[in-house]
Amino acid sequence: MGLLENKFNDNIIVEKLDKLLSWSRSTSPWFFQFGTACCAIEMMAAAASRHDLMRIGMIPRSSPRQADVMIVAGTVTMKMALRVKKLYEQMADPKYVVAMGSCATSGGPYWQHGYHVLKGVDIVIPVDVYVPGCPPRPEALIEGLLKLQEQILEERPLTRKMA
Amino acid sequence: MYRDFGTILLATLLGIVLVAAPLVIQWLIAPSKKTKEKLETYECGEEVEGSAWLQFNIRFYVIALIFLIFDVEVVFLFPWAVVFKEMGLLALVEMGIFLIILCVGLAYVWVKSDLDWVKRRVRYGSGRYKNISIKVEK
Repeated sequence: MGLLENKFNDNIIVEKLDKLLSWSRSTSPWFFQFGTACCAIEMMAAAASRHDLMRIGMIPRSSPRQADVMIVAGTVTMKMALRVKKLYEQMADPKYVVAMGSCATSGGPYWQHGYHVLKGVDIVIPVDVYVPGCPPRPEALIEGLLKLQEQILEERPLTRKMA
Repeated sequence: MYRDFGTILLATLLGIVLVAAPLVIQWLIAPSKKTKEKLETYECGEEVEGSAWLQFNIRFYVIALIFLIFDVEVVFLFPWAVVFKEMGLLALVEMGIFLIILCVGLAYVWVKSDLDWVKRRVRYGSGRYKNISIKVEK
């Protein structure tokens, strides 16, 4: 736990500070650069110059230590699931997960007969935003990431949590 | 004159503060949940296998360099094969020159007997390598 995290009762100063912190968190959610399947192509397209994720403050990082958001782009096989979980564990707090594409949300086309595919990445790690599509277009991914930013904006990092 | 040093002092102090302030702020507000998995070495999601400090034979270094000759050769041969029909004789000559240069490299390591795992002797050795030779008992 951080020194000041969730340590204060709710008042106007804490609320304003909370807003500042969550605003600064939401405007630079750097994402972890890895793709498990074909959705990664769309993720790359989203990060490339035409759609340019950098506009909303998202920079791909190749180390989980520097990443805030994990975009699970594509089919997660049973073998990969262990690695995905480990990578998620190795990311620094606060961390968020975007399940991109129908494979990562529910197993997608492998839902019924895919003996080797995890039926949704939320079985192993907590997911914040689901982006449907097979694969989703970059616009859809950006929509999902904007939703994630809205979610981060509502966070209260300093306020004591109600039991 | 002392006013100049004052400027340097101010710049130094400002530099220290500007570096220290973000560190202090993140120490105060950043959540820190140190779990065992998080503190492990990052190896692309794999389990960490032993230490990174391990020894391997120095001779693999030469083998890797020799491999590089053929590696680069193949890398250039594939696109060359694709455009070979269109470019015709020019492509053949150009690739011929390239292959000859690579073959010179191969001949060099052959003469230096770097292709052998155990060097019998150093041919054309000079300096301290001049008298090195391994007698093979028969």
